[in-house]
Amino acid sequence: MKLVRYFPVAADSIAANKMRASLTMLGIIIGVAAVLSILGIGRGASANILGEVASQGTTRLTINPSTESEGERAGSPVQTLTMGDVKMLSDPAFHPDLLAVVPQYGSSIQLVAGSNNTQVRVTGTTAAYADVLQLEMAEGRFLTEDEVTQMSNVIVIGTTVATDLFERTQVVGESVRINGEPFTVVGVLEESGNAGFGSNDESGFITIGAAHGRVFNVPRYRGEYVVTSIAADAVSEERVDAAELQIEQTLRLRHGLGAEDDNDFTISTQASLLDTIGAVTSTLTLLLSSIAAISLLVGGIGIMNIMLVSVTERTKEIGLRKALGAHTSDVLLQFLIESLVLTLLGGLIGIAISYGLALLVQKIPNFPIDLLIGADAVIMAVGVSAGCGLIFGLYPAMRATRLDPIEALRYE
Amino acid sequence: MTGSSALIGMKEITKVYQMGETSLPALDGVSLSIDEGEYVAIVGTSGSGKSTLMNIIGLLDRPTDGVYQIRGQRADDLTGRQLAELRNREIGFVFQQFNLLARASAWRQVELPLFYAGVARSASRQRALEALAQVGLADRADHKPEELSGGQQQRVAIARALVNRPSLLLADEPTGALDTRTGEEVMALFENLHEEGLTLVIITHDQEVADRARRVITMRDGAIISDSRGGSNGLREPALAPLPRPAAIEQIEEKVYEAG
Repeated sequence: MKLVRYFPVAADSIAANKMRASLTMLGIIIGVAAVLSILGIGRGASANILGEVASQGTTRLTINPSTESEGERAGSPVQTLTMGDVKMLSDPAFHPDLLAVVPQYGSSIQLVAGSNNTQVRVTGTTAAYADVLQLEMAEGRFLTEDEVTQMSNVIVIGTTVATDLFERTQVVGESVRINGEPFTVVGVLEESGNAGFGSNDESGFITIGAAHGRVFNVPRYRGEYVVTSIAADAVSEERVDAAELQIEQTLRLRHGLGAEDDNDFTISTQASLLDTIGAVTSTLTLLLSSIAAISLLVGGIGIMNIMLVSVTERTKEIGLRKALGAHTSDVLLQFLIESLVLTLLGGLIGIAISYGLALLVQKIPNFPIDLLIGADAVIMAVGVSAGCGLIFGLYPAMRATRLDPIEALRYE
Repeated sequence: MTGSSALIGMKEITKVYQMGETSLPALDGVSLSIDEGEYVAIVGTSGSGKSTLMNIIGLLDRPTDGVYQIRGQRADDLTGRQLAELRNREIGFVFQQFNLLARASAWRQVELPLFYAGVARSASRQRALEALAQVGLADRADHKPEELSGGQQQRVAIARALVNRPSLLLADEPTGALDTRTGEEVMALFENLHEEGLTLVIITHDQEVADRARRVITMRDGAIISDSRGGSNGLREPALAPLPRPAAIEQIEEKVYEAG
């Protein structure tokens, strides 16, 4: 009850020095706004990427060749993952938990249409690719099984490729040249809407046979064309681990790896990808927030400084209050609550600023990241600023209580 | 007039200030008893120890040696909280420089002791307004110190000293910062309060102020050198009353304070 009545006292004192109070609060304001905004960006980016990954299905497995550790080609992928592996993995008898296995051979190459040309990543694959990668079509269709078997000269392109080459997206039936050879456009992919992770806007897809046999100069390993990666779909989310094991056994056997040899390939699942992304974003967020938190610390020291000045200035007032019956605890509480009010006010303004930023970011069209400020972050900000007030206000408040009332009253 | 009925009892009080190596004796074996309802002036030149004596009476300072009793309680037995409570309930302070809070309105100043006494806000505002009415400042309750004259500020300070109905009012040079006329008004106010039963202890070096008291204690070099009772209270009042006070000044002051 009595505690509440210190708040108007604190408010009066702060109002009497508005300029000084606002400059003091600035440190806390900037600190809280910085921490909250960075947490918000981290959370927004993480939600963005995780959403993107989840939208591509949680049953997907991706097999990539390992990189060479030594020799001339150190750092580039080993060339042991081949179409032979794909054929073997496609056998349901040995791989009961795999639904579809899709080879990919991709590289950057120039597409030409009329006088326009563009350098994009073109991937040779099979008809199942669209299902496994959950691609949406804007125009036409994806590659068919017949086209894949017949190695037809057909191509599916992303919207950016379509507009670069034809300045429009309704281009089904048009012809595109690769290495001088014409490919008929059979479909245009739905625009993915962001330029970041997992976008196919600047890609082209042709049949795996055409890619291996005509478009690219693909090396062979043990008589089979090499692939750059294999995508596979497990029967269900629960069977992803089993499917991973089946793939590993088959590939180790086929690649002739002994018990001591490491895998010359890596299998990544969406779950492992999600874990990695989560770990990376939270580490980054933590790092950036720690840097921002330093400004909170600086702000807190500013509060302590001003409270010390305030105590010295009000020595006489403290003496008077003691003469009128204030106990040590009354003086302590008065100054503690004053610094608490300062930091809480600063914290609330900081929260308001970061919310303002979040709203602003939402208004910017096509901005890739939303600023997500959760209730937990707000509660934390309020707690931290209140804690700052109490910690950095404690020493000045204790100084105030130690003043001798006589000395204080004599103070001019 | 002595023994358990005394409001204040002092026995062989000494106070020595330690300034590094040198010790400065401020009080040297002061014994004194003040009963309830007395009107006492403590006089002496500066450095005579009268302020130190007042600080000890007001429980703002502790004696180095000796026994100080207030209402029969030994001050050295009391905790910090009990001392704060006694200052709050039993003693009203009036200072030479008024010591008002610069930014608070008059009634807020007067309310302060009630705040520390834990009186609820609604009741404390009412009591603060009553105390202001008692010193004739009912219409100035919302004025800040800068909007009040020196005499009015001192009356606010007196209202503040009275609001918790103390049994002892300690005034340290209460007229020292006032002109003769307003000083006279403040003294008249004190004497009215004394008539109503308040114990009054006034510290002063002004012999005219001291002469109005019923009992004058004179100090020199930390000791009481004389303690005379039966002063000439009532005789001094007409001596100051005839002082001329031009009506024009009164009118100007009225305007200034009204504008504030």
